[in-house]
Amino acid sequence: MTDSDNAPIAALAARLREKFADDLLSVTEAFAEVTVEVESNRYLSVAQKLRDDPDLHFECLIDLAGVDYLGYGQDEWDTDEVSSGGFSRGVEGEGPGRFRWEDRPEAESQPRRFAVVVHLLSIEHNLRLRLRTYAADDQLPVVPSLKDVWGAADWFEREAFDLFGIVFEGHPDLRRILTDYGFVGHPFRKDFPLIGNVEVSYDPERGRVVYQPVSIEPRVGVPRVVRDDSRYLQAANEGEGTAS
Amino acid sequence: MAEIRNYTMNFGPQHPAAHGVLRLVLELDGEVIQRADPHIGLLHRGTEKLAESKPFNQSIGYMDRLDYVSMMCNEHAYVRAIETLLGVQVPERAQYIRTMFDEITRILNHLMWIGTNGLDLGAMTLFLYAFREREELMDCYEAVSGARMHATYYRPGGVYRDLPGQMSQYKEGRWAKGKELKRRNSWREGSMLDFLDAFTDDFPKRVDEYETLLTDNRIWKQRTVGIGVVPPEMALRMGMSGPMLRGSGIVWDLRKHQPYAAYPQMDFDVAVGSQGDCYDRYLVRVEEMRQSNRIIKQCVAWLRENPGPVMAKNFKVSPPSRAEMKDDMEALIHHFKLFTEGYCVPEGEIYCAVEAPKGEFGAYLISDGANKPFRVKLRAPGFPHLSAMDEMVRGHMLPDVVAVIGTLDIVFGEIDR
Repeated sequence: MTDSDNAPIAALAARLREKFADDLLSVTEAFAEVTVEVESNRYLSVAQKLRDDPDLHFECLIDLAGVDYLGYGQDEWDTDEVSSGGFSRGVEGEGPGRFRWEDRPEAESQPRRFAVVVHLLSIEHNLRLRLRTYAADDQLPVVPSLKDVWGAADWFEREAFDLFGIVFEGHPDLRRILTDYGFVGHPFRKDFPLIGNVEVSYDPERGRVVYQPVSIEPRVGVPRVVRDDSRYLQAANEGEGTAS
Repeated sequence: MAEIRNYTMNFGPQHPAAHGVLRLVLELDGEVIQRADPHIGLLHRGTEKLAESKPFNQSIGYMDRLDYVSMMCNEHAYVRAIETLLGVQVPERAQYIRTMFDEITRILNHLMWIGTNGLDLGAMTLFLYAFREREELMDCYEAVSGARMHATYYRPGGVYRDLPGQMSQYKEGRWAKGKELKRRNSWREGSMLDFLDAFTDDFPKRVDEYETLLTDNRIWKQRTVGIGVVPPEMALRMGMSGPMLRGSGIVWDLRKHQPYAAYPQMDFDVAVGSQGDCYDRYLVRVEEMRQSNRIIKQCVAWLRENPGPVMAKNFKVSPPSRAEMKDDMEALIHHFKLFTEGYCVPEGEIYCAVEAPKGEFGAYLISDGANKPFRVKLRAPGFPHLSAMDEMVRGHMLPDVVAVIGTLDIVFGEIDR
């Protein structure tokens, strides 16, 4: 990555800082991308301005993703010290998603647990921007809807509602979209088991398809490990620059 | 006076023109659509959640299964996201191979599209033509990866292995022997690049054949001209990309405007429509096949001249060779760690997009420094396209719904994920 590639990115970040001043929580540049964080009460007005301001003009909403930050940075296998246990204790652990529906953990209240991440594209300026806002309440995450700003937000918000239970205030048709009719829970939350909660089978006696609790065991072959040792620094130094 | 009421009709999910498992609830006034409510999710497999429970490399295979007619393009977006976070440099030869296979994939996808869409609208012959060519390109997939569809060929750091020196040949059997066998194998005497050379020389003629069947075909035009018009303003508002956007006259192609892999070195044109109807999008896709053919030709020429590594020599990310493993302990340890635990990706987030045949396919990756992604969000081009369906079909007749579903080029593997 050369400096000339980064010039428009730096210019965009400077422009955003100047235009929005106090409206933004932060403006960060990383990997030739600009990320803007904003409080959920200013989210809608910032989005509106991002679309309409001729110097920004993000006319396209490319993607909207819900994120559940529960357990961010936690691993299942401590690698800092030597121990007598083997690899299996990582496999037998109770990591993210590795539990049954009945045993699902009581989610601890975590500030800034749910976020909505929006990826914007300005075709006119050939620039991208990432906009993130956090839901204020993690028990009932509510974020304003962007449907009136970008029509594409409609289904993306339905998806984030379906998978994460994030409620988009002002969305006219907030139905589930990807999960089954009558589904219980929000499957992409970190406190939802990977194996799910119900399975379907055909019941010949009743002559119809029935739902029953899942019969499979939670099983993950590889433990989650966070390593931050010199090997990776060394590897990073060897492979200077980034992939195009 | 009798009361006039709208009629609600169910379409799919088991319908040959629904292109998979689309269920549409249509509200009709006579034969005119008043409202279309697509119900999706019948193919939802939770790919993104599954990816959170696996080391990075183990999810590459899932990417093939998203949009299962443009397999390698999906891998490309995911693999590029990982590479950017890791800061891994990809060898130039691997970039050219990826470019070449992205374009092979584009032709594969558009052939599938033109065949099935023709079938939906009453042009049966084209389906057989298109599948003949798909067979040849899928043989290229098989030659490099061993799999005809779900290749898992792209890896962080490059591609799994170099192009084969010998193209696979047909064996003598009941259906092919003597002269016929010789004819079938006539392109397959040499390497895969020779085969592709022969293919790209021949392919423009075949596209001409498709065009004689459709472009001036009266029935085809009656079914597509002026149907499903997308004004440019709507295309932007609904987040459209790829041929859907270019059909409406917006010049936007990630290969040109935000180039990746070896696209900056490629000479090709971007096909743009003007009316934004089904017919223009058909023309755009046909022209894209011709342009892809040009790109493949350029890649083949470059790849012939420039042998070299196809995988970054960074054993934290890519495995050492078998031979090295046999007498080097370091290599053995690397191999073991890589295939049991995987590699840890530094903390950060990244969105990487590629111009997939259907539009912009993006991978948004959040890593918290672990050997598994914290969150993967895959941006499927078909998802916003289908969400615009309601607006596109309002006021059209019932048979036009089929034309619009066809023109959206939707595949449920990627929409439902």
